[in-house]
Amino acid sequence: MPSPTLPLETAAADTRQPSAEAIRFEDVSLAYDDRRVLDSISFRLPHGETKAIFGVAGSGKSTLLKLALGLIKPDSGRIYVLGEEVTQMSENDLFKLRAQIGMVFQESALFDSFTVRENVAFRLMEEGNVSEDEIERRVREALSFVELEHTVDMFPAELSGGMRRRVAIARAIITQPEILLYDSPTGALDPVTSTTIVELIVKQRDVYKTSSLLVTHRLQDAFIMATHAFDRKANKMVALASGTRCEVPMAFLILREGKVIFDGDLDELAKCKDEYIREYIS
Amino acid sequence: MAAGDLEVQLISPTQFAKEKVQALQEYALLVGQALANLFRRPLYVTDMIQQADLIGVGSLPIVILTGGFTGAVLALNSASTLSRFGSLTLIAQLVSVGMVTELGPVITGLMVAGRNASGMASELGSMNVTEQIDAMRALGTDPTKKLVTPRVVATVIMLFFLTIISDLLGLAGGNMVSTLLLGLDSRQYWTSAWQSLVWRDVTTGLIKPVLFGFVISTVGCYFGMSTRGGTQGVGRSTTQAVVVASVLILVVDFFVTKLLIALLGYR
Repeated sequence: MPSPTLPLETAAADTRQPSAEAIRFEDVSLAYDDRRVLDSISFRLPHGETKAIFGVAGSGKSTLLKLALGLIKPDSGRIYVLGEEVTQMSENDLFKLRAQIGMVFQESALFDSFTVRENVAFRLMEEGNVSEDEIERRVREALSFVELEHTVDMFPAELSGGMRRRVAIARAIITQPEILLYDSPTGALDPVTSTTIVELIVKQRDVYKTSSLLVTHRLQDAFIMATHAFDRKANKMVALASGTRCEVPMAFLILREGKVIFDGDLDELAKCKDEYIREYIS
Repeated sequence: MAAGDLEVQLISPTQFAKEKVQALQEYALLVGQALANLFRRPLYVTDMIQQADLIGVGSLPIVILTGGFTGAVLALNSASTLSRFGSLTLIAQLVSVGMVTELGPVITGLMVAGRNASGMASELGSMNVTEQIDAMRALGTDPTKKLVTPRVVATVIMLFFLTIISDLLGLAGGNMVSTLLLGLDSRQYWTSAWQSLVWRDVTTGLIKPVLFGFVISTVGCYFGMSTRGGTQGVGRSTTQAVVVASVLILVVDFFVTKLLIALLGYR
């Protein structure tokens, strides 16, 4: 999918400490009633890294993202996001922290009584100190990034599933957050639309170098992300030469029955001898 | 159905009590947050005006109809009893006091509960099951501030004015029956209706809609915000919101009347 030329010269240069962490989970456990969803989960997401989280349905993938956002609290353990311990923060303090995090929900979760413009601009309008002209410019820019400028006055119900995901991505990136959380962004989409969404995520990763957690059950999406990079000159996603890795680090985390059974990069995943993982990735 | 299936579906009394106490606790928390938000910025004045339009202007037709016909039927039913004692001229007094202290606030409250508690529960419930509430929190906005507080403020204010309109229409309905069907003098009706009202009646009649508006909006929002279980859950929340709000209006009405009698004395 060819992408339009974008005003990306202002894209964030990564000035943060390379060793600093965007997200850290420490022995996090959570149970719903008698069912243990997460069992002593520990992992870290360094700044600038994209981590794909796999697991079968019900393995607690989406729950991890909601925990990172502080939308739910764990039964035990600690979660640090941008250096703040979200497990100890009040809801009011969490609202401030969440302003630095973008989230793309599984079913898009667009506000159905708002237009695309109002959905994408929601965060800016809530800030209250951004001028109308500035809001319009940034909405156009975000929609241009996902190639949906023409939908600005439409309502979510008038959009296809793939377009809704793209609007959700535009809404998540409009403030250029420090962390992006994608909850099954390609779920229930056809292969062509899925590739479009993956290309947008790769573009976001390589241009803005935002730290990201990507929950998916589609291995091919994560493998495409690991083996492709966004070429800004050609303005499209291109396959990397064999043996080379993309500039932005990409890692994989696999969950099984609420436990982390793998956390590493593509090379480590390819060398992994675990039978379950071999079967899962085959 | 096998005995085992029945056993699975039944809930223990302890669990039932725990769930009810937890629901009460969550409701109290939501009410507390909705009130505390009045003193925190931003206030979402535009949302309040929008809700006032939806709740107030939108409910006007049903309030006009129910208020008018309630006053008319009150006059009609009272006429036979009063005429037996030769006191047909007291009909204005009866309609006036009945509408202003009791029927106006309660009937208007029940109508607005039926229309708006259900609307709030279904709207917020749909947002909840489609993760729009979570999305709002994820975008750094407090849903109780953006969605609940404007609805509470708008309902309280608009129910107050809707009740005044309902009272007036009820008196007009009573006047129509008195003059057209019972042959009473219209001027005498209005004079009698006006003179029979005392400060206590008006106070009682205007305190009630404020409390009813608070009950309707907080119950509607609570059931909406706590909706679980997809579209079926939205339907369940909507029904529960109307039932609970309607019953609470009658319960609150009794206790407020008792309290105001204790504070202000009988007529």
